[in-house]
Amino acid sequence: MTGKIRVALIGNPNVGKTSIFNAITGLRQHVGNWPGVTVEKKTGKATHKGTELEITDLPGTYSLAAFSKDEIIARDYIIDESPDVVVQVVDATNLERNLYLTTQLMELGPKLVIALNMSDVVQAKGDKIEISKLEDLLEVPVIRTVGSQGEGITSLLEAIVSVANKPKRYDLELTYGKEIEDKIVELQKELQQDKELVAKYPSRWFSIKLLEGDDNIQEKLALSSVADAIRKKLETMDIERLESQIADKRYRNISTVVSQVCNFSKRKMTSSEMIDRVVTHKVLSIPVFLTMLWAAFEITFSFATPFMNIIDLGFGWLAGSIASTIAIPWLSSLIADGVIAGVGSVLIFLPNIMLLFFMLALLEDSGYMARAAFIMDKPMSKIGLHGKSFIPMLMGFGCNVPAIMATRTIEDKRDRLVTILIAPFSSCGARLPVYVLLAGAFFGKSAGSVIFALYALGIIVAILSAKLLRGTVLSGEASPFIMELPPYRLPTLKNSFMQMWERGLIYLRKAGGIILVGVVTVWLLAAIPAPGTGGTFASEDMYGTTDSLIGYLGKVLDPLVSPLGFDWRIAVALIFGFVAKEIVVGSMGTLYGAGEDEDRLSDILTAGAMSPLAALGLMVFTLLYVPCIACVGVIKRETGSWKWTVFQAVYGTGIAWLFALIIFQVGSRVGFLT
Amino acid sequence: MKEITLNDIECGHAARVIYVKGQGSLKKRMLDMGMVPDVLVSVVRKAPMGDPIELNLKGYNLSLRQKEAETIVVQEQ
Repeated sequence: MTGKIRVALIGNPNVGKTSIFNAITGLRQHVGNWPGVTVEKKTGKATHKGTELEITDLPGTYSLAAFSKDEIIARDYIIDESPDVVVQVVDATNLERNLYLTTQLMELGPKLVIALNMSDVVQAKGDKIEISKLEDLLEVPVIRTVGSQGEGITSLLEAIVSVANKPKRYDLELTYGKEIEDKIVELQKELQQDKELVAKYPSRWFSIKLLEGDDNIQEKLALSSVADAIRKKLETMDIERLESQIADKRYRNISTVVSQVCNFSKRKMTSSEMIDRVVTHKVLSIPVFLTMLWAAFEITFSFATPFMNIIDLGFGWLAGSIASTIAIPWLSSLIADGVIAGVGSVLIFLPNIMLLFFMLALLEDSGYMARAAFIMDKPMSKIGLHGKSFIPMLMGFGCNVPAIMATRTIEDKRDRLVTILIAPFSSCGARLPVYVLLAGAFFGKSAGSVIFALYALGIIVAILSAKLLRGTVLSGEASPFIMELPPYRLPTLKNSFMQMWERGLIYLRKAGGIILVGVVTVWLLAAIPAPGTGGTFASEDMYGTTDSLIGYLGKVLDPLVSPLGFDWRIAVALIFGFVAKEIVVGSMGTLYGAGEDEDRLSDILTAGAMSPLAALGLMVFTLLYVPCIACVGVIKRETGSWKWTVFQAVYGTGIAWLFALIIFQVGSRVGFLT
Repeated sequence: MKEITLNDIECGHAARVIYVKGQGSLKKRMLDMGMVPDVLVSVVRKAPMGDPIELNLKGYNLSLRQKEAETIVVQEQ
């Protein structure tokens, strides 16, 4: 075989598929989206003995039924793109359930290779799996791998290349017994009438899926000329009973295989079980949970600080030295206050974002995230949500954009929509600089408590909003909770670093350009004279004052924000915060004439430019109002609806305005903070 | 006689699956996850707030809410 081999990687969740993918491709990866949907698609390249391989990582699935979007994507990819080889990553410690997917893959008919992952764990337990026997029984190459250590990857690549060069086999299916087999043949005969259909889908597989009552297959059938005839036949069959029987047969076949190849030692209490006795304990679980979250955040923020300081100092120096070498005032101002300040405000969050994703990867890979969902399901179900909704909400504290994307693990559409709509209330990393600046300037030693209270407020608003939505526009039955609790595993640094790196790049790509454009736009608006003032472009005495275009814009909005204790500059900064929330700080710096020097900005603000109450209101407003443009874009893509996107924006901004109004009006009347 | 369902089984006890009630995607997912006839399921624990419950079957751990456990008809061991 010449040319590159296209390989699809598939497997159950939590089997170490990502570590196999990373071990094969290294840094030669690309993260994109599946066409038409927004499920993340990872592809990567590898070379084995001169043969080029292109690897596509399919979403983690338990089955190839059409239960979730992920399953349909995986199955359609195998049918439509017909990859040269499909590699199923199998968790050796959980052979039975993993082989269920294998039986379905065999029916779908691609060339298959099995990576028997986590083989070291099996060995450590004193268990044994006879790989050669498994190969014989399944008639599929089985390669022993330990993805986290990179073990067995070369053999896996070897097997992929060798299988790709062999002719395809068609005799891998298991049999379902006479009753079902007869029905399969009956349906197959009918399906053969539609040549186009059978050219695209294996007719046996298609028939089995029909007998299983697969909705997605019914949709595919609807376009066929034999649709009516098939439906008539199906009506005479008891699909509900057949569906159970087919699953049962598959598992029975698997049991036969497993009993022949596995040699399990006597079960002792595993370390996983011991850990679970503590972390899911009736009393201990909640403090353990809070401690884990606190530690994750503490590490994220305290480790990030020195890096942030370096970036801050570096860009300050750069702006200063460039400004002094350019003689043309407007150009010097554009480069120093616009471009360099803009790039600086993009990069400053990189340490925070990367560290947070590093911590989240550790929690996820260790298996603790699933316990968090297990512990939190009861309270989450009280607000009409799923324990799984907790994870995106938690991720929202890093960045709302991936949080909203993470909601796709939630199967129920309404649950998912509610979670998307409330996720922006999780206070993301980009809002933190606004809090750091204002709380630091106005609340001194209590700054930490104020910031903590803001995070708590975000959670409370999210909870109340979920309850409100669940009780009104998105009411209905709660969705089922069926979740695997994977054994605890030592997370590998490599995977966590890869995750961190990937998220860092996504942030730079997704947010970098937008933020830069935003900051330069602020500079331009501040540099262009307002109509009728006759000032000079970018002149120092007009820049950012009421005589500039931006001041003019702020004045128009003044009546709306003055009841909140804000002035026109804040209105302008908030408008540009829509581009990216951290720009609120950058544009306040520009508008108050402090440039990107945050200390100077704090001095100016506390010297009377703003009252402590208004500062508190501004932090709350920043927390709750319309999320950044990237986030709104993701909401639109994920909900597929402008209606819900606009709803979120208007709802958030409305609440923000109301809260800031209450804080300022009530606060100043009762003399709080004055 | 009243059917016994999985939510009736106490922590530390085990039961054998007879069948899964209901239909549609919930039932399909249950079957996919291995809730097929004759499978031995043990109830490991309840979450700190009483729900969901953690089960062990086919060598792995699965959690379900009490409500979902009600759809699985079992025979206590």
